[in-house]
Amino acid sequence: MTALPALDLAQAADAAEIMTGAQMVVRALVDQGVTDLFGYPGGAVLPIYDALFHEPRLHHVLVRHEQGATHAAEGYARSTGKPGVVLVTSGPGATNAVTGIVDALMDSIPLVVITGQVPTHLIGTDAFQECDTVGITRSCTKHSYLVKDVADLAHVLHEAFRIATRGRPGPVVVDIPKDVQFASGLYVPPDKARAGHDYRPRMDGDPARIAEAHALIAGARRPLLYTGGGVINAGPDASGALRRLAALTGAPVTSTLMGLGAFPADDPAWLGMVGMHGTFEANHAMHDCDVMIAVGTRFDDRVTGRLDAFSPGSKKIHIDIDPSSIGKIVRTDVAIVGDAGRVLAALGEAWKRGRGGPARADLKAWWEQIDIWRSRRCLAYAPSASVIKPQQAVERLYALTRDRDVYITTEVGQHQMWAAQFYHFQSPNRWMTSGGLGTMGYGLPAAIGVQTAHPGALVIDIAGDASVQMTIQEMSTAIQYDLPIKVFILNNQWMGMVRQWQQLLHGERYSHSYSASMPDFVKLAEAYGAVGLRAEDPADLDGLIEVMIDTPRPVIFDCRVERAENCFPMIPSGKAHNEMMLGDEPRDLGAAIDAGGRGLV
Amino acid sequence: MTEEHPASAYDMGHTVEAENLATFAVLVDNEPGVLHRVVGLFAARGYNIDSLTVAETDRNAHTSRITIVTRGTPHVLAQIEAQLEKLVSTRHVQNVTRDPNGAERELALIKVAGSGPERVEALRLAEIFRAKVIDTTIVSFIFELTGAPAKIDKFLELMRPLGLVEVSRTGVLSIERGESIL
Repeated sequence: MTALPALDLAQAADAAEIMTGAQMVVRALVDQGVTDLFGYPGGAVLPIYDALFHEPRLHHVLVRHEQGATHAAEGYARSTGKPGVVLVTSGPGATNAVTGIVDALMDSIPLVVITGQVPTHLIGTDAFQECDTVGITRSCTKHSYLVKDVADLAHVLHEAFRIATRGRPGPVVVDIPKDVQFASGLYVPPDKARAGHDYRPRMDGDPARIAEAHALIAGARRPLLYTGGGVINAGPDASGALRRLAALTGAPVTSTLMGLGAFPADDPAWLGMVGMHGTFEANHAMHDCDVMIAVGTRFDDRVTGRLDAFSPGSKKIHIDIDPSSIGKIVRTDVAIVGDAGRVLAALGEAWKRGRGGPARADLKAWWEQIDIWRSRRCLAYAPSASVIKPQQAVERLYALTRDRDVYITTEVGQHQMWAAQFYHFQSPNRWMTSGGLGTMGYGLPAAIGVQTAHPGALVIDIAGDASVQMTIQEMSTAIQYDLPIKVFILNNQWMGMVRQWQQLLHGERYSHSYSASMPDFVKLAEAYGAVGLRAEDPADLDGLIEVMIDTPRPVIFDCRVERAENCFPMIPSGKAHNEMMLGDEPRDLGAAIDAGGRGLV
Repeated sequence: MTEEHPASAYDMGHTVEAENLATFAVLVDNEPGVLHRVVGLFAARGYNIDSLTVAETDRNAHTSRITIVTRGTPHVLAQIEAQLEKLVSTRHVQNVTRDPNGAERELALIKVAGSGPERVEALRLAEIFRAKVIDTTIVSFIFELTGAPAKIDKFLELMRPLGLVEVSRTGVLSIERGESIL
């Protein structure tokens, strides 16, 4: 127990209360506006769980594996704009959480991950369930803390929330030794907490750069808005500002995987997703535009393809809150550091103040060209009377759920790309997917997080049969908390994207990508206490999807799809945006990617 | 494949572009693990560290100053600066290489063993370089030498044939001339 100097007590008596470190954790969460958290108890966090036992304002969701807790918190955060909170124990609790922490770092998701640690006097002795949590997570967190003194705890917890949510969001780990949880100290509320770090990300763009950007856009004949997850992270106002700027400038809009929903898919200016499995029109527009307005996006290799052929004729405006993203991959002509929403709004204001800009008519040739690309109908696929096509499954799922209050999560692979291509979003925060890290097993626990935040909504994990088995145990969590998530599995019995790459790149040698011994997903659902449905005939698909929607309980939907279907369009590795492979072209698949491309991922 | 646009993001490390030495002065919050954050950043992103010095410089403000000598293309050096800035523990980063006002110094302890004319010559050269003798036996000297890294390199080169056996260097320290501060 930490002895408290009398002077401190007197000084802080008004503002603070004396409590244990464990009680401080719970109190800080409440004071930060947290209502839900995801976790798993263990020896080194038992004091915090004990404090949680007495706190009715916090709803704790017990997962079945700590990876599930981090992904659930990511889904919660992505669908609400609030930080996700995770509570796990030391050692394996912390190491199991690492995948989700890296995932949150790559996709800029605000998480506060509280980990128990062995008592301070045992740190460094290889104690039971000891690991160097801060060391292990140092490179995969935005920031991390080991709190060795209860006097620092409240300050650190409040700062953790501030750092996780401000600027470019990300995961923050707070590692708390068990003796610090037991020790008594003064609790400090958020408004009295001192900032240990001078962290003040730049929010407003430089007016001079905004004026330069405005002039470039005003002179453009082939402008393009290329937006990313940063627009979602900047909040609904940023999506509104994007929509207004697109309307003002008449520019078409494309986005990355992470940016889907910021711009409505039913708007005529929407080109679809850009990149490796993006649309023909979006990729050609990227290649041929003369002014690219990149907002909250980081020129990921899945977007740019071959860099020496990436949008060769364009001037590039890059708006990002993270200065290290600007100029990292692609040379930028106008760099604007700031919050996506604020900079987009400022650009819109500049546009309104400025005299004119190009008349819509000036963009006529550009839109005519875009219509030519659109007429290529790049997402067309050949339907079948006997077997369900995966594209068709997502298309029908969209048609039957689009008018509902729906949230979509995905796993990683072919099904993820088909979901991005065939499920359309009109608003932000409706689409949860693992973009940067590409974590198979993300979608099911993420759906649990989303459903926790939105109890009345229809939450669907569009899954693959291989991915879903990585975190299938979280079905048990869904049952325990009556979370009626729908796990919609596009079951082709393969690791589909691995199989596709082996077909294209490795001479059709399907090395260990076939899932033999597939579980019976209907029986598996029933074993967990969920509802299992199976669709095999295209004629039954709509009816069974309706049954799934109307089932007020968790559902595993085993959608048996065409097993050898490939995901197109595709920019083969090492190729340019205007060298796409389309689904309806006869081709020698093995010759599509050259030796250089094979070396890439 | 041009220098500024390699064929793919994966080829970026393989382009042949001139690398320059650069010195970064980094002011950080002095807290446990802060050096690990900086060093880990260099390791994780594949940047080189030629030398590194660190010590607390303001006890009241809890700040340490880290001086890192690294090398890279202009593009990589700009990234290093941006990534260092991004660390929550970082207060300020300055690339002091391109600063004509920057003063750089390094301290080296140099042990030279030998006897006869080599020993006499070593002592004579040390005087020319204004190196101090801080320890001596009848078969060895330890010299203390302060100066720009190039001066120390030159001295070591001269000592090598005269019985140089061991070197310890602090790495580069830098500070801006004039009244402005980091």
